[in-house]
Amino acid sequence: MKKNLHFLLFSVSIAMGTAANAQLQIEIAGVGSNQIPVAIAAFADESVAPDKVSAVIRADLERSGVFKVIDAGQVISERDAGQVNLAAFKASGANALVVGSVARQPDGRFAIRYKLLDTIKGGEISQLGGEVQPRYTRLQAHRIADDVYEKLTGVPGIFSTRIAYVKEDRAASRFALAVADADGENEIIATQGKEPIISPAWSPDGMKVAYVSMENRKPVVYLQDLMTGRRNVISNQKGNNSAPSWSPDGSTLAVALSQDGNTEIYSVNSSGSGHRRLTNNPAIDTEPQFSADGQTIYFTSDRSGGPQVYKMSAAGGNATRVTFNGNYNISPRVSSDGKTLAWISQRGGAFSLYAMDLASGRELRLADGATEPSFSPNGKYIMYATKGGGRTSLAVVSVDGRVKQRLSTKAGNIREPSWGPFMK
Amino acid sequence: MRNFKSLAFIASAATLLAACSSPTKLEDTPVVEKSPEAAAPVADSRDIRPVETGTVDPLNDPKGVLANRSVYFDYDSFVVRADGQPVVQNHSGYLTKNTSRKVLIQGNTDERGGTEYNLALGQKRAEAVRRSMASLGVSEGQIEAVSLGEEKPKATGSNEEAWAENRRADIVYQ
Repeated sequence: MKKNLHFLLFSVSIAMGTAANAQLQIEIAGVGSNQIPVAIAAFADESVAPDKVSAVIRADLERSGVFKVIDAGQVISERDAGQVNLAAFKASGANALVVGSVARQPDGRFAIRYKLLDTIKGGEISQLGGEVQPRYTRLQAHRIADDVYEKLTGVPGIFSTRIAYVKEDRAASRFALAVADADGENEIIATQGKEPIISPAWSPDGMKVAYVSMENRKPVVYLQDLMTGRRNVISNQKGNNSAPSWSPDGSTLAVALSQDGNTEIYSVNSSGSGHRRLTNNPAIDTEPQFSADGQTIYFTSDRSGGPQVYKMSAAGGNATRVTFNGNYNISPRVSSDGKTLAWISQRGGAFSLYAMDLASGRELRLADGATEPSFSPNGKYIMYATKGGGRTSLAVVSVDGRVKQRLSTKAGNIREPSWGPFMK
Repeated sequence: MRNFKSLAFIASAATLLAACSSPTKLEDTPVVEKSPEAAAPVADSRDIRPVETGTVDPLNDPKGVLANRSVYFDYDSFVVRADGQPVVQNHSGYLTKNTSRKVLIQGNTDERGGTEYNLALGQKRAEAVRRSMASLGVSEGQIEAVSLGEEKPKATGSNEEAWAENRRADIVYQ
């Protein structure tokens, strides 16, 4: 429960997208703001649990930038949902109200229940109940925030997902692969050693992380089961082994190998067997990324001179160039809906995070001083590494560029973020 | 007093006897027994223990040409510069004479840019050194070109001096 990382909300000015899929009709209250106003009540008896559930929900919804959170100023249990004066909350500007309760069970677990109420039309929009171990109090609060987010925006929330990243203290030769909740809490070191670790990639089931370790004085791709700590070598061919990327079904990884004297893209089974070459070009071909449907691989190649983003069939073959502006375009990532490409472009000296609508080709610059982007599983946010003050930290930007957050530690660098998948 | 004197005499006589006796009596000290010098009588000030000089491996000579194991590169370049040629030639000469020795060529880049693309760029530097060595007769099995990308900078700092120091390939003996 120790707080290791801190999110700083340093810019909130939101243009809410169309909430066409949302189950609630949203009325935008106030001038110049189109955040969704939500009132959150303190949960009945929530002080019995190690974390204050309503405070975690509130922090999640505020951090998303999508909501304007209104403090209900009172304790409301979901059991009393029928007696709530919803009109009063509507008058205070809230479109919805979050209420709930926490109760200690005889077996030591906590029953955490919640209801989402419609202050405009009246009635109940959603409800959730769950019994969790004390240490999963925050997780259950994140699940409630996910439900609020999904019911009010039509898009699944990412508050209960996890992130992986690399922590490093180069002066002390300490390198670690860390896993934390998406809000930076509950950090756990999954791997640590004296040599660099780069390019973590979550398996689609969220149980394993593939990464590159230089513990053998060269880059080798490992796969680690997070629960058991067991590690397998995915690729340790002559030369470099790097840039692991999962196929959506988890059966295959694409990797970059230099065993031919030149960096080429290969596929390899998740067991580490069956290397198959996908590119054949005298230039660098690296950073493979599967599209969400698994049919296409996006990658970085300098076959035209400088590095550019290309795409090809997941079986290899002819490549098509995707980026054309600027002479340094690297690190392609595709959103889960397959519609948006995020990548790093160097234009005028700075390395910036860009997003492109793949249908129209329209580009949007999202952040400067950015490398190593990683999409949230709902495709609404991108986490990236950013340098500042001689240190590297992580930041998050919404795909519309309106909301930015920064994730930093007290000492050392944190970099190489990989946003984990939705977990069941 | 007399008793003490005779005791002292007996003790010293025993010591002398032990010293003059066969070295097989020292057998219960195996480490000493195995060493031929141990068979010699008790050392005195006129003894000389001969020493044989070994052949110094030029690889271990800190002042020799092989002590320089770094090849530097220009920005965005993968060509072994003139100042790196002697380094490549010296180590190639050593490796062709010592065919049981193997090296890793570790390519490096400066900190600017993406992690994985820098890893691939560092590999191009290592590969350039590997090809130069192969052309000088070093066998394929003795050299492996790899990259550490931007991960192991020799010089910290974000300035041209540090970056130049980090655009480098290192020859690492295994």
